Amino acid sequence: MSNTTKRKLTVAVTGLNAVDSPGPGVAVIRGIRDCEDFDVRIIGLSYESLEPGIYMEGIADKVYQIPYPAAGTDTLMSRLEYIHSVEKIDVIIPNFDAELHNFIKISKQLKEIGISTFLPTNEQFEARDKVNLFKFGEKHGFLIPRDKTIYDVNELAGVAKEFEYPIVVKGKYYEATVAYTLEQAQKAYHKLNAKWGLPIIVQEFISGTEVNIAALGDGEGNTISAVPMRKLFITDKGKAWAGITLEEQSLIDLASKFINATKWRGGFEIEIMRTNDGKPYIMEVNPRFPAWIYLTVGAGQNQPASLVKLALGEKVDPYTSYAVGKLFIRYAWDLITDVTEFQKISAFGEL
Amino acid sequence: MKINSNLAVSDSGFIFNPSNGDSFSTNAVGADIIRLMKEGKSLNEIKKEISAKYEVEPGAFEKDYEDFISQLQDHFLVSHV
Repeated sequence: MSNTTKRKLTVAVTGLNAVDSPGPGVAVIRGIRDCEDFDVRIIGLSYESLEPGIYMEGIADKVYQIPYPAAGTDTLMSRLEYIHSVEKIDVIIPNFDAELHNFIKISKQLKEIGISTFLPTNEQFEARDKVNLFKFGEKHGFLIPRDKTIYDVNELAGVAKEFEYPIVVKGKYYEATVAYTLEQAQKAYHKLNAKWGLPIIVQEFISGTEVNIAALGDGEGNTISAVPMRKLFITDKGKAWAGITLEEQSLIDLASKFINATKWRGGFEIEIMRTNDGKPYIMEVNPRFPAWIYLTVGAGQNQPASLVKLALGEKVDPYTSYAVGKLFIRYAWDLITDVTEFQKISAFGEL
Repeated sequence: MKINSNLAVSDSGFIFNPSNGDSFSTNAVGADIIRLMKEGKSLNEIKKEISAKYEVEPGAFEKDYEDFISQLQDHFLVSHV
């Protein structure tokens, strides 16, 4: 496509918190900007004033703060209506687990005012939820570690007896701790409860090599893209700080089987623990792109740009190959800005 | 014993297993042995080529070869056929 026929687009993206436990927004934006089919204006949507993506050069053209998910869909919708009246948004890509429910709920309303999304349905979103994942695996033939959803710290001892130590104590949305004793499990329970609320999920510990897959489903059961990655460097929060693309057809087949079983619509990440005898246990399915999504772009499958095209109703052919052995290495960088910038986003909710 | 066919080995002896992302370093002899295994050469053929290229003490080759293969096994780089 020549420069003159590039499609003018305005895409709004959340998840600008490029911190040590990063949101995917900045990586998603980089992918969209790399796509030569678009002449794109990016609207960043932030929750907090110190999200680095607000200030980074060449990422967002304009940033607006939006209300926290707890404020509800009416508040979110009215804020987005205002932003849309100024910016004429074509597509919104939400990138946080905690905000997805609201965005799924208002996706029809957004469509009515001319904003496209490409999100899973509420049923798809719920099926892969941590609390439903084991049942989902049983139904569709996936290996999932046994788990138990608990609402009381006193339930821990019984569950631990059933699963045997170590056990994995997981928050409702994010974070997990491997506990080797009841005391460690109780500490993790209280910490996760304070941060993310109840329930807490206790999961059987599976030992092996962790592999992640970033994938994109077209909503009709077809896999547009699937790229497996192994973390090479992991932060103390369990996040990948470096990773490498793998060549393993069985992993791509697993992602395709998941997409086919759910008719998944949109981007997602499957976290897999592959045991030493090669069994792939699905540990979690994140219903949005992972923070390392730019690696898929580097490996030749631009998942964020493909999602934009799907959201606009365009037909997207499935990718058939990607570069194996492509690495990403994240880094920390001190960005210098002025207090006036911080003041604008803090006081006016715009920058 | 069969070396994994998708294993990438550079001239400098850097080994990358694209199935699980593991990487290793070996010396020139190790890199040559892996290259010959990938070409499907038998133990005798590998012994002949390595002995022709490097100084190998009599009887030492088999011992070092077995040791090397067991390391490859430990790291899931070879499989039984």
